Amino acid sequence: MSGKLLDIRGLSVEFGPVRNPVRVVDDVSFAVRPGEAVGLVGESGSGKSITALSVLRLVPEPPGRVSGHILFEGTDLLPLPRSRMNAIRGKEISMVFQEPMSSLNPVMTIGEQVAEVLMLHGETDRERRRARVIELLGLVGVPDPQSRLSAYPHEFSGGMRQRVMIAIAVACNPKLLIADEPTTALDVTIQAQVLELMLDIRRRYKSAILLISHDLGVIAEICERVVVMYAGRIVEDAGIRSLFAGPKHPYTQGLLKSVPTLFDDRRRLYQIPGSVPTPGSSRQGCSFRPRCPVALDRCATETPPLIHHGAGHLAACWAIAAEDAA
Amino acid sequence: MSDVNAPADIDRLGAMVAREPIAPEPRFRDLVVRVIFARASTSIAAIVVVIFFVIAAGATWIAPYDPLEQSFIAVNQLPSWQHWIGTDQFGRDVLSRLIYGSQNSLVFGALSPLFAAIIGGILGVSAGFFGGVTDRIVRRIIDMLMAFPELLLAILIAAALGGSFWNVIIVLTVAFTPGFARVARASTLAVKQEPYVEAAVAAGVRTPVIIFRHVVPNILAPIVVLMTLWSASAIRVEATLAFLGLGTQPPHPSWGNIIRDGLENMFATSWPILAGGFAITVVVLAISILGDSVRDALDPEVNQ
Repeated sequence: MSGKLLDIRGLSVEFGPVRNPVRVVDDVSFAVRPGEAVGLVGESGSGKSITALSVLRLVPEPPGRVSGHILFEGTDLLPLPRSRMNAIRGKEISMVFQEPMSSLNPVMTIGEQVAEVLMLHGETDRERRRARVIELLGLVGVPDPQSRLSAYPHEFSGGMRQRVMIAIAVACNPKLLIADEPTTALDVTIQAQVLELMLDIRRRYKSAILLISHDLGVIAEICERVVVMYAGRIVEDAGIRSLFAGPKHPYTQGLLKSVPTLFDDRRRLYQIPGSVPTPGSSRQGCSFRPRCPVALDRCATETPPLIHHGAGHLAACWAIAAEDAA
Repeated sequence: MSDVNAPADIDRLGAMVAREPIAPEPRFRDLVVRVIFARASTSIAAIVVVIFFVIAAGATWIAPYDPLEQSFIAVNQLPSWQHWIGTDQFGRDVLSRLIYGSQNSLVFGALSPLFAAIIGGILGVSAGFFGGVTDRIVRRIIDMLMAFPELLLAILIAAALGGSFWNVIIVLTVAFTPGFARVARASTLAVKQEPYVEAAVAAGVRTPVIIFRHVVPNILAPIVVLMTLWSASAIRVEATLAFLGLGTQPPHPSWGNIIRDGLENMFATSWPILAGGFAITVVVLAISILGDSVRDALDPEVNQ
């Protein structure tokens, strides 16, 4: 186990025909230590959500094909029988989704939905369950939880529903909380409150968090380490300070340069030229090469491996590897 | 929990920003009230249906005569104070036969859509939820059954099995099952995509529980609407079968065979045909209107 809670090794996810598959996640490896908060950033279509979904085995198979290893406390989750997987889902690893508006069942009360996960994972006593639901709802900041138990989801605002989702996710003190863009559908003020809540949950339960986002600001708020994905691959994996202070990969550099700041004058925002390759396009060489300002010849033919550039700072780029060597 | 606990502020903000156009889920009681009092036609239809239920349930006490009791001295009578809508060729009281016949209609109108909804629901939900081979098999069965007009299918089965009570139920159930299966399948496909189903999977909920707690309650509305609409059809088809001699067998009264008996005797007295036809028309119309209103009430597009 070597202090790793979640250890993803060589994870690949493919869709489409076997002969000509579309690889949306390509040989992804990273780890989350107990209690650590790791951010997974990338653009739409970079494979970050699919990576997260495959941890809970939520990628539909077929049509998807998942290969590699996902070790959770040393056990590979991928070959696990469904019944054992169900025992892990929601108890050891839980997930908060992007759409708080539709993540709650419209015909069940809030109380029933929070209680459901408690009942599933072993709380058989009705009264204790009820007490715990009230405690949880209070914890996530639902005002007057006792009277809100019998409310239906449509009576809640988006921010409140996301709080309920978080209450469901933390109900069984999970060791790992996966949050897939938990704040994307919310407006900024509510975003800040939900992030604050997640930090609080983390302090309280010592859960590890895997936060998926395309928003570097959100990641910076919560995480200690960032994994940057581009076109299904990891391009950089570094501590948050190290990454923001000295991004190695040209893609990450471009990303950080295109964040608007408060102090610059109104100059045009930086943008990375070109656009993300469509999934399933040629996988030869580095997929960022067409947009890369420092591309070398070998970038067209050989895929750069993820290698160390300084302590705990991994990046996959031939140009910086050459720079280091020089 | 530092500044997160400012519930009043949060709620106000939430209410300001997240004023989303989602139609509120109607509570059941409000729904019933809204359905019945929405339009005058619906209110009347509801009254008719209630009267129909009362008559069917209380037939034993309401009917002035035994519907099977024959009388050779009082055949083919026109309406009178003794026999409000006269007697038939065996001297049986037509009103009493109509009243007892309503039991038949009620039982078939309620049971066959219910059975069809259960069987069709099981087929449709499993096809929609599991997909793949299950879906393909169920879809073939549905298509096959749908290729027959429901009446033709009903006649076919009734002719093969004979016209006993349970056979008629089976006939109607089989005829109505594909429609329910289709609706259930389509609704399940839609609900399966909902994030709350995925969230339930992520929480470790087992598949059967997901189906019964998260999928089925969310597809009930269209099924219930279909049941109301089709109980009218069931009454109509049962009457047709009885008329053709394939449904309820004489001497037991059914609105269909009251008309059939009357037909043979039309020139002596036309009252049994008129009365039977009137009863079928009124009840089928009332149930259809009620069904339409239920559908409208559950459809956010119509319900402004």
